[in-house]
Amino acid sequence: MTGRLAGFGLPELFAGIIVAALNVYVLTGGADFGGGVWDLFASGPRRDAQRRLIAQTIGPIWEANHVWLVLVVVLTFTTFPAVFATLGTVLHIPLALMLVGIVLRGTAFVFRGYGSRTLEQRRHWGRLFAMASTFTPLLLGIAIGAVASGAAGAAGAVSAASAAPAPDSTTTFLAVYVAPWWSPFPVAVGILALTLFAMVAAVYLAYETHDEGLREDFRWRALAASAAVFVAAFGALIAAHFDAPLMRAGLVGSAWALPFQLVTGAAAITAIGALWRRRYAIARLAAAAQLSLILWGWALAQFPYVVPPQLTIRNSVAPRITLVIVAWALAAGAVLLIPSLLYLRRTFETKRSR
Amino acid sequence: MTDLLAARSQMAMSLGFHIVFAEIGVAMPLMMVLAEWRWLRTGDRGYLELAHRWAKGVAILFAVGAVSGTVLSFELGLLWPGFMRFAGAIVGVPFSLEGFAFFTEAIFLGVYLYGWERLSARAHLTAGIIVAASGAASAVFVLMVNAWMNTPTGVTMAAGKIVGVDPIAGMLSPAAFPQALHMVLAAYASTGLAVAGVHAFMLRRGATRGFHRRALLVALWVGGPAAVLQPLSGDISARMVARTQPVKLAALEGQFATERGAPLRLGGWPDEEAATTRFALEIPHGLSLLAFHEWNAEVKGLTDVPRADWPPVAPVHVSFQLMVALGSAMMLTALWATWVGWRKREIADQPWLLGALVLVAPFGFIATELGWMVTEIGRQPWVVHGLLRTADAVTPMPGLVVPLTVFTLLYVVLGAVVVALISAMVRDTAAEPAGDARAPFEEDA
Repeated sequence: MTGRLAGFGLPELFAGIIVAALNVYVLTGGADFGGGVWDLFASGPRRDAQRRLIAQTIGPIWEANHVWLVLVVVLTFTTFPAVFATLGTVLHIPLALMLVGIVLRGTAFVFRGYGSRTLEQRRHWGRLFAMASTFTPLLLGIAIGAVASGAAGAAGAVSAASAAPAPDSTTTFLAVYVAPWWSPFPVAVGILALTLFAMVAAVYLAYETHDEGLREDFRWRALAASAAVFVAAFGALIAAHFDAPLMRAGLVGSAWALPFQLVTGAAAITAIGALWRRRYAIARLAAAAQLSLILWGWALAQFPYVVPPQLTIRNSVAPRITLVIVAWALAAGAVLLIPSLLYLRRTFETKRSR
Repeated sequence: MTDLLAARSQMAMSLGFHIVFAEIGVAMPLMMVLAEWRWLRTGDRGYLELAHRWAKGVAILFAVGAVSGTVLSFELGLLWPGFMRFAGAIVGVPFSLEGFAFFTEAIFLGVYLYGWERLSARAHLTAGIIVAASGAASAVFVLMVNAWMNTPTGVTMAAGKIVGVDPIAGMLSPAAFPQALHMVLAAYASTGLAVAGVHAFMLRRGATRGFHRRALLVALWVGGPAAVLQPLSGDISARMVARTQPVKLAALEGQFATERGAPLRLGGWPDEEAATTRFALEIPHGLSLLAFHEWNAEVKGLTDVPRADWPPVAPVHVSFQLMVALGSAMMLTALWATWVGWRKREIADQPWLLGALVLVAPFGFIATELGWMVTEIGRQPWVVHGLLRTADAVTPMPGLVVPLTVFTLLYVVLGAVVVALISAMVRDTAAEPAGDARAPFEEDA
């Protein structure tokens, strides 16, 4: 551990900032996608009210939340250009599909809210919004899983080595552009991401609403999603055993692994317990902590690699001057943005106090 | 279709789609703010209704702009990993700043669109002003990236790789100011005159006149001055191109041989094989005069550089000519409207002027697309002028025609839906009473 800390500098700080930005994205934008999942599964006597609550909750904030993903992308290509180039190449297919989902989710949502004049149209756009919300997190998780498993990095080395246009044989194409992400571990991570987003969304919605019936609806949904998270996490762990040696080593073998796993598990159990006892503020914090810990567990398990097994933080980082300038920009941006974000949340988060 | 051409087509299509929404995202907030400010100043509720109605359209258009912009940020890596590997550390800095500007814009747009009831009038207007300002700032930062691709500065090269970077110098490349100015003015002129054209159309059809009169005035206040100033900014841009990118200038003017006192060619078709531009109306010394403000200035011709370094000449020349023609028509229409306003006549009562406004309504967006074709095709075969060839930047992934097809279909459908929705909103202004932008989700699902 001390050896690692001794090597901590600006490059590691930026890697951490990118994970932190991704963390905020999954807690906010991820929950917006999760809201869409619950739109898809809206049911029972309060089906329409559930959909309305979801739309009202994410309406004013989803675009600002979405920018965190843009920030992750921009920070990655600025401070780790080789990482962005490698992932853009090898994960072209899942990332392009994810983009289709992002486009459909966002546009269908505003078309439903602002452009629909009949119930029929509203229902069509709502369905598209809900399906795209479900599809997109799967692909985000798959992309992350492909990085974590080391398959994306290995394929990246192949595609970079064949500098001449790769032989167009189908086998090469499948090996470099499909196999890294279409395998058990990435798919398991995709499912895990989907269940986690749905879980935090249900917890937030139970916390946000002041309607007793809706609160019970989302409480049950949150409990069901928590169970699904357990199953998905277990599945990912088994898949890691065969498919993602670095994750297996990091999450099981290393010194910090056990305490980290215990804390994550404790957060999960706290969330469930708080939901059971209808303590929504605690449930919200615990669910957010659980999702964040899983994300950081991935990041720490593959440290100091960004794209294992070839790109480390140090061998893919941009020149120091770029980092210094972006660090100043981040500091200035934070001064500007954090109060703005709090203002946005405060403006629209008055439901409970009224 | 080669993979390189598919990648270029997908990028061009994505940018061409996004840029319309980006322009609207820069200019519409300014127009909404002006309308709301007029309401606060005069107490005329017609202006409040105008801001409400425009806000409904902006909610849709901004969302499409936000997601199509996200697509572009990913496409930099999906299509051009070679470019990002080469230049990420330098173009990333203005992109990061743009990220912050966009963030600010998205936050305050949420406040603006959903905060009509929750905020004081002053706070609401302030949110709108922040949206308008950060939208313009976004455009400036993005243009800094494109300017660097045209006139790269702040890099030290060794063996085809960048070995030293100065991102600040990279942001302030020679093309940065002229391009940013030209683009921001284009956003105001295109959007302003397009919106003016829509309301002029409704006025010609005799729709509820008060509402459309107000809308027309505000739109002209934004679009008119920008359309009049745009030719001046075009001159600044053209002189910068002449100084820094002689091959691009030669392509856009159809200048094959190097000559002193070069003529300005109006129209014409450049024939690359014969190395000559046919059928053009030539104004003697016109190009030397315009590009260098000197009667006998030497203008470099395409034949000075190897054929492999030529951009496709005809599309660049023709796009440029069309852009200038459309921009001139916009300027003349704006001057006409100014003249009418100057003589204290109601613009809404001038059927011929209204007709002209309807006619030029799409010109700004078309001219913007053409201008991007000039600057992007005119830079070929380079992605970073003189430093990195487009062919060396493209992804090695084969089969790029598939994503090209997928995203083209997606955008065609999306574009059609947006046009249908906005048209329906415009048609509603003739029938329904005041719109309600506050509560888009109140009805049952």
